[in-house]
Amino acid sequence: MWRPCGVLDDTYEKDIAIIRTRPQWIITGLSLFSLIFLPMMVSGYVLTTINLTAVCIISALGLNVLTGLTGQISLGQGAFMGVGGYSMMVLMNHFGFSFWLALPFSVLNAGFLGLLFGLPSLRIKGFYLAMATLAAQFMIPWAIIYIRPDLTGGTSTVSIQAPSFFGISLTTQSHIYYVIMFFTVLIIFLVRNLARSKIGRAFVAIRDNDLAAEIMGVEIFSYKLLSFFICSLLAGLAGCLWVIWMGAINVDSFTLHESIWYLGMIIVGGLGSIPGTIFGVIFIRALELFAQFLGPLIASYFPDAIGASIKNGISPFIFGLVILLFLVYEPRGLAHRWEITKHFYRRWPFSF
Amino acid sequence: MSSANSTSIQVKNLSLSFGKVQALQDISFSIASNRILALIGPNGAGKTSMLNCISGFYHPQKGEILFNGQDISKLSPSKRAKLGISRTFQNIELYTGLTALDNLMAARHVYIKYGPLGGSFFFGRARQEEIKNRRVVEEIIDLLEMENIRYQVVESLAYGLRKRVDLGRALSLEPKLLLLDEPMAGMNVEEKEDMARFILDIQELKKIPIIIVEHDMGVIMDISQQVVVLDFGCKLADGTPAEVKNDEKVIQAYLGKETSSNQETDQS
Repeated sequence: MWRPCGVLDDTYEKDIAIIRTRPQWIITGLSLFSLIFLPMMVSGYVLTTINLTAVCIISALGLNVLTGLTGQISLGQGAFMGVGGYSMMVLMNHFGFSFWLALPFSVLNAGFLGLLFGLPSLRIKGFYLAMATLAAQFMIPWAIIYIRPDLTGGTSTVSIQAPSFFGISLTTQSHIYYVIMFFTVLIIFLVRNLARSKIGRAFVAIRDNDLAAEIMGVEIFSYKLLSFFICSLLAGLAGCLWVIWMGAINVDSFTLHESIWYLGMIIVGGLGSIPGTIFGVIFIRALELFAQFLGPLIASYFPDAIGASIKNGISPFIFGLVILLFLVYEPRGLAHRWEITKHFYRRWPFSF
Repeated sequence: MSSANSTSIQVKNLSLSFGKVQALQDISFSIASNRILALIGPNGAGKTSMLNCISGFYHPQKGEILFNGQDISKLSPSKRAKLGISRTFQNIELYTGLTALDNLMAARHVYIKYGPLGGSFFFGRARQEEIKNRRVVEEIIDLLEMENIRYQVVESLAYGLRKRVDLGRALSLEPKLLLLDEPMAGMNVEEKEDMARFILDIQELKKIPIIIVEHDMGVIMDISQQVVVLDFGCKLADGTPAEVKNDEKVIQAYLGKETSSNQETDQS
């Protein structure tokens, strides 16, 4: 709890505020305002990356509510994104729903399925729970591929129609950008508030000491399930946005691999921290781009056969290395670094 | 914040066993409102088990716990918390990742009225509820003199202060019955004096019954009005401190049988 130096609160209203000074309000306002002009300033590839990052932020925030705040490990985040995405695709392609109508149904669908897979958490914790959520990660893609391939398209890629907004067809990445960014900003706002509310405190109480939490009147079961619900709800939303970002859907986008990347993002960012999640996602996405650039470069120094495997292997290698380094040297993630930086800046020149 | 001061708690023929181990055997006692009852006894006598039965960790096999006339022995811990039963822990079970203030606010859980959606927007009613409950918590912070550690993460606090936060959290629940499990364990004399003062303040201010488990006999004899002595899960004595102090069975439990020690001295 480090606050701007010299800013003293005289009411509780001020004390619980997140944005506390006029400059902070101005910066926040300007940042949000400049988001509107971002697609006009950057090129197609960068914008595509920004969109993807924003989608990942939503999903990672969901996972951070579950894992960071409530302390329940989930290895099924990718699968729940898939549930959202496929619900959206099926509703739009086979039932003729519009994007905006299909969105709430798809998101809730993912949410309730997550609730179902959260039920084991009532009896088991830690590694065992991770295994139980891993079941979701295997069952959901299986269900998508084999149960009704006529609806889901099985393993093949199915394209969907671009959504329209008051008659404008949102075909380009810059159109999609506004949809994605709207939801991302909204979700960041909501989750940040949730984390400091009664619900967030109950989540952390369960994470830190579930026995004491129950003695202090927190209904552990309902709050664990609520946490699973929120987590997969956001995964579902991210899945829906992913689909309109890609314009198509394929079951390969929602693998265990993805789920582990999300865990990696929140570890690097800082478990339980909302700004940390944003940093983590951006960091890992940037790292991925860096690996994509570095891979061919390194590969060019080796003979073709070895080079190809290096090119494929460099991304997971860097990912693994970074997670390892973070766990050893900064287990509290980028969020902690950020706090230290802010603290240093506020106390300067009297830093310690 | 005045609590209803007609709380009564009555334990009737309570028995608790783990497999073949009889932790509590047919225990009965009652405590009137505005009294401090001390549960004492040698190690393993069942004092903490008794508290766990009242707060809901353990479910006794036999007997009843009447809280204002209602049998609560089958209720879940969180339901009991809603009724107003609050406790501290022997080994400080705080939410280590939260600040002292948030630990106290987390205990206001049952009083803060808004849902997940309200909390997400944090607007209007949710904000008012937060502030309203913050006022209550601040009074407790004031009472326990924790103003300077308000924003510190509990993890980083010293042992004595954590004990204090633990007590503060129990108070934030606005208890109608307060259970204190060894509030003075591991403290130095000065800290013990502070804690004893806080306990007396609480009794004075809230007029609630307090059940306290403690090993420090000096403190017990000074602050409690009623003492229940347990040994091997059985109740040995129940009375005022003075009565208990002179009870033969209690002296035997603590110091051993006088007759046998006499025999030993005779032989030597």
